[in-house]
Amino acid sequence: MKLKQLVIISGKGGTGKTILSASFAHLAENKIMVDCDVDASNLHVLLHPIIKERYPFSGGKKARLIPEDCIDCGECLDVCRFDAIHENDDGSILIDPLSCEGCAVCSHICPTQAIAMDPADSGEWYVSETKYGPFIHGQLGPGEEASGKLITEIRNKSQEIAKKYNLNLIIIDGPPGIGCPVISSLSGVDLALVVTEPTQSGIHDMKRVIETAHHFNTDVACIINKYDLNNKKTLELENWCRKNSISFLGKIPFDLNVSNSMVKGIPLTEYDSSPASTEIKQIWQSVQTRLKQEGENE
Amino acid sequence: MIISIASGKGGTGKTTVAVSLAYALQQKFNLNFLDCDVEEPNAHFFLKPKITESKPVLSPIPEIIDSKCTYCGDCAKICEYNALAVLKDKVLVFPELCHGCGGCTLLCPEKAIIEKGQRIGIIESGKTGNINFFQGILDVGQIMSPPIIREVKKRIDPEILNIIDAPPGTACPTIESIKGSDYCILVTEPTPFGLNDLKISVNVLNQLKIPYGVIVNRDGIGNQDVIEFCRKENIDVIMKIPMDKKIAEAYSNGKIISEKFPEYKDKFHHLFDQIKKQI
Repeated sequence: MKLKQLVIISGKGGTGKTILSASFAHLAENKIMVDCDVDASNLHVLLHPIIKERYPFSGGKKARLIPEDCIDCGECLDVCRFDAIHENDDGSILIDPLSCEGCAVCSHICPTQAIAMDPADSGEWYVSETKYGPFIHGQLGPGEEASGKLITEIRNKSQEIAKKYNLNLIIIDGPPGIGCPVISSLSGVDLALVVTEPTQSGIHDMKRVIETAHHFNTDVACIINKYDLNNKKTLELENWCRKNSISFLGKIPFDLNVSNSMVKGIPLTEYDSSPASTEIKQIWQSVQTRLKQEGENE
Repeated sequence: MIISIASGKGGTGKTTVAVSLAYALQQKFNLNFLDCDVEEPNAHFFLKPKITESKPVLSPIPEIIDSKCTYCGDCAKICEYNALAVLKDKVLVFPELCHGCGGCTLLCPEKAIIEKGQRIGIIESGKTGNINFFQGILDVGQIMSPPIIREVKKRIDPEILNIIDAPPGTACPTIESIKGSDYCILVTEPTPFGLNDLKISVNVLNQLKIPYGVIVNRDGIGNQDVIEFCRKENIDVIMKIPMDKKIAEAYSNGKIISEKFPEYKDKFHHLFDQIKKQI
């Protein structure tokens, strides 16, 4: 069977991507799990990885001032477009690494070569083992902007491992939003499962992320979490999906067992057979069928 | 004064808090509201401002003047983002990789590069009650949100209160949104995910040296670990909002809690008084 990739995204944060991903980790066989929400990763809280390999990640460079060579001329101040260079009260120069995007223009323009460019320590990523199979996850350093590059590195590794061990599925827990990290998580997957909630914000954000997926020719299916918080909005959303020919694969009820399972650190479908858990099992069946169809269409 | 509202984890209630604070305070004075969650701006659903101005945000990308270019390759060498490639008689520009740093234009020995603006999103401005409302919206398919955030933040008025609704996370867009704030409200939920992401946010705010406090939303679910963590680290828990289906339903319909539940109006006024003392 051809290797398939599934990504779980949402647009809006906090709609239940990781709860769903962890349950899929419990339900799916012969797969590798990947946490691409490198900004605020959480899947490890439920999968309890044992880290086997660690990789440093450098997303780019950072400017560093060499004070003894600096003549306080201020030329760097004028060229930095990222507001990363400031002048102290005494006229001396200060570089703020959190704002620096590593463009190196300051370093090129400096008449006394008083600015060095160092490789940025932008985070770390791991290949781990879990009782659900292999798992790749990472943590981006604060203020880093190379999340897309880290996600690409992690995803490349997941494909390498999948091939090596003859796995047939890569399940990606995606980041919120529609920008750089989402686009990097989406590219080349067979199916993007969008999980949203029946709120005005949830629906709006879902439409934006579906538009983003379509922009990159990615196939989309949709589910609603906590659907009974607003039955009217749920119906509205189901109708919208039907009208726009987007597969609607299920709706999960609001269920306090979800946060209970999180506290216990166990994927919901493994924790109990609550209504939410039962629905996720159904959704997983539909996702599998859908992934099989993707193969036939090619 | 600038108060930003942030969280590591998404969906914890940033926008709920930001719009409730703004709604409560605007009854007393004029303020600015800036939605910097430009990938998914949602505050407008709640504040319902009348948008009066819409302005495109352009990111500068290089344009080569062929008649001046000698194909020396310097621009490609200095570009840290691989946004330029120089062939024998052609320069290729990849706009989606360009960060708009201006390095190639500045350093080209032949002055053969000029900058032209490429649209990456828009800034909308409007008004509702005593709130001057601003939001950035990233165009679908674009990846560079920081330039839009910087553009939104140009609307900050130091003479009045500015409330910033930040994007989730701790990466570049979040930092861009919250830096320069006088105070940051971190919104979290009392679950292991909430705690994990709160720890990362706290680390960032300590580095940025911005005073902050925590609002625990959906209090009652999960466990006590977030409260315990804040106690140990001496972090102020400045408000708790209980897990209440009525609040969740109100949110789902685009209602502001300080408008719908009057007791919250006083709570947010009190919260602001508390924050002022810390600045």
